[in-house]
Amino acid sequence: MTTRIDRRMAKLKSEGRPALVTYIMGGDPDYDTALAIMKGLPLAGSDIIELGMPFSDPMADGPAIQAAGLRALKGGQTLARTLKMAAEFRAGDNDTPIVLMGYYNPIYIYGVDRFLVDAKASGIDGLIVVDLPPEMDEELCIPALKAGVNFIRLATPTTDDKRLPKVLENTSGFVYYVSMTGITGSALADTAKVSAAVTRIKGHTALPVCVGFGVKTAEQARVIGASADGVVVGTAIVNAIANVLGPKGEKTADPAEAVATLVSGLAQGVRSARLAAAE
Amino acid sequence: MNKPAMPNSFRTGPDEQGMFGIFGGRFVAETLMPLILDLEDEWNKAKNDPEFKAELQNLSTHYAGRPSKLYFAEGLTKHLREVSSAKGLGGGAKVYFKREDLNHTGSHKINNCLGQILLAKRMGKKRIIAETGAGQHGVASATVAARFGYPCVVYMGATDVARQSPNVFRMKLLGAEVRPVTAGHGTLKDAMNEALRDWVTNVEDTYYLIGTAAGPHPYPELVRDFQSVIGTEARAQILEQEGRLPDVIIAAVGGGSNAIGLFHPFLDDKDVRIIGIEAGGRGLDGIEHCASMSAGRPGVLHGNRTYLLQNSDGQILDGHSISAGLDYPGVGPEHSWLRDSGRVQYEPILDDEALEAFQLTTRVEGIIPALESAHAIAHAMKIVPKMDKDQIVIVNLSGRGDKDVHTVANMLGMEI
Repeated sequence: MTTRIDRRMAKLKSEGRPALVTYIMGGDPDYDTALAIMKGLPLAGSDIIELGMPFSDPMADGPAIQAAGLRALKGGQTLARTLKMAAEFRAGDNDTPIVLMGYYNPIYIYGVDRFLVDAKASGIDGLIVVDLPPEMDEELCIPALKAGVNFIRLATPTTDDKRLPKVLENTSGFVYYVSMTGITGSALADTAKVSAAVTRIKGHTALPVCVGFGVKTAEQARVIGASADGVVVGTAIVNAIANVLGPKGEKTADPAEAVATLVSGLAQGVRSARLAAAE
Repeated sequence: MNKPAMPNSFRTGPDEQGMFGIFGGRFVAETLMPLILDLEDEWNKAKNDPEFKAELQNLSTHYAGRPSKLYFAEGLTKHLREVSSAKGLGGGAKVYFKREDLNHTGSHKINNCLGQILLAKRMGKKRIIAETGAGQHGVASATVAARFGYPCVVYMGATDVARQSPNVFRMKLLGAEVRPVTAGHGTLKDAMNEALRDWVTNVEDTYYLIGTAAGPHPYPELVRDFQSVIGTEARAQILEQEGRLPDVIIAAVGGGSNAIGLFHPFLDDKDVRIIGIEAGGRGLDGIEHCASMSAGRPGVLHGNRTYLLQNSDGQILDGHSISAGLDYPGVGPEHSWLRDSGRVQYEPILDDEALEAFQLTTRVEGIIPALESAHAIAHAMKIVPKMDKDQIVIVNLSGRGDKDVHTVANMLGMEI
């Protein structure tokens, strides 16, 4: 069974370029604006969309994504509304993969079985749940795979060769390599080390490897994209939204346009990655 | 609610996955997984290593001042017998205090910190981080870091920094860096989030010294084991002083480390009634309390599944308690399991009731209890007058209340 993620990754491979994976927080700064931002992402050059599920206690996120989650929750976002947002997007775009990213508790409270049914119906293709390591696979990973939803695992610099097979075992769609030990939005790690880590992981799996945490500019996207199958950008996009919000949350410019401008630049970086690498 | 089958022993958990029934587990980011597996290995080796046990024993005796006394609270007993008589009951059980307030640093927290700093040393870590609510665990962490020569960073909610200023100063004197956390309500939950963010960033060289019997496996187990010295001593002491086991034991539950420490050695003594006291704050009707087991439901936070205060979307609520140490929307997973299995009964005590117990204990015993411990005493005040004179109650006096005098003065409308 292939998923939208598999198909998209295969297509990009045939084109000889890495994927641009863009993260936005569901409902940030409000439902309608977030939906408009999301709809603009494929046009600006995003290949895969990570849609954040806001959580009150995001332990692996830096200040920017923490603030985005709070804005969304303050605007009344819930897991049900994030699913609705995905479904509205899906109605107009049947190809761009959507990966939900967040923490387990809202899903657990929603109910795992009900969540998987609703996620599938909303056009969700994959899940990234930060606080569910392989040791907790029975919770959501196995049921998700049975439901035909990819479960995308994070591999980190602390995941050594001994542990990698365990991390990769039930992973599907792609592997998300976290470039550093740290929270989202930190400074990018040494790119040579990241590249070596990607090669190491590829020695253990045929799945595409996407790299995230710390990628903020088109140039960084180009450098990382030279070795990785995809480049994930989150904090920079979330910041582009925050930058056009005033002290009371009022919009000083169009957030969707601000995001589209940034993503277009990142897309150019990603598209020139292999070109540059080949030179 | 379905009750799990009654086990043969209540003292065998957790299982190999770190579960107490459905509670506990290892709900952490992948970055931390290899480290908590290392910690589990090291803990399994250490607990059977005579050298480790001897060093901990030596420090407990000569540095922390163990064993702590089991004290017959004659003044409080007399007072509660008068209350009983006035109600025409003519009863009033004997009340004993387990005097953890007399430990070095003024609370039970030192028991766990000494154990964990020795683990950090064995693992070759270079830096200690901790979270703190009331500041008791922060002080104990800063103390052992000073004693063993480690740099120490303590995360503390900004609200707690303000209401527990004496402890903030103590930590600074001990050489720790106190980092105020402004997220959320600025209390223990937010401090724990920030400590986890530090840990995930500095995972190679940093040891996270968790202060309560919560977090990912193996923390709930190892913190419990280090704190069980409380119950082990109390059990032997009451047998020596009274020739029998108590009828009731009571302890306050925030994360629940002092409570599990007292309870665990008594769990299979089926005639001992065990009561954990949650912070009822301003009452369970609204959201201004921290009674996660009385008014919450199971969820996943800070590495474990346990009872949590949360809304219908699974967002964690901030809660409220007069006591910074109880101001946490969750609880250690073993308590959640003990609640569902029915072995331990959990009851809320309101801010005002705790405040009254704080004042009464100070006047009739000459002991200023921590506001956390005052919650446990307040429950004793409710049940002791209804008990018989030949019955025995042990209350865990988990810490001393010097740190709380500003909060209490404020509540009583006094300026100091």
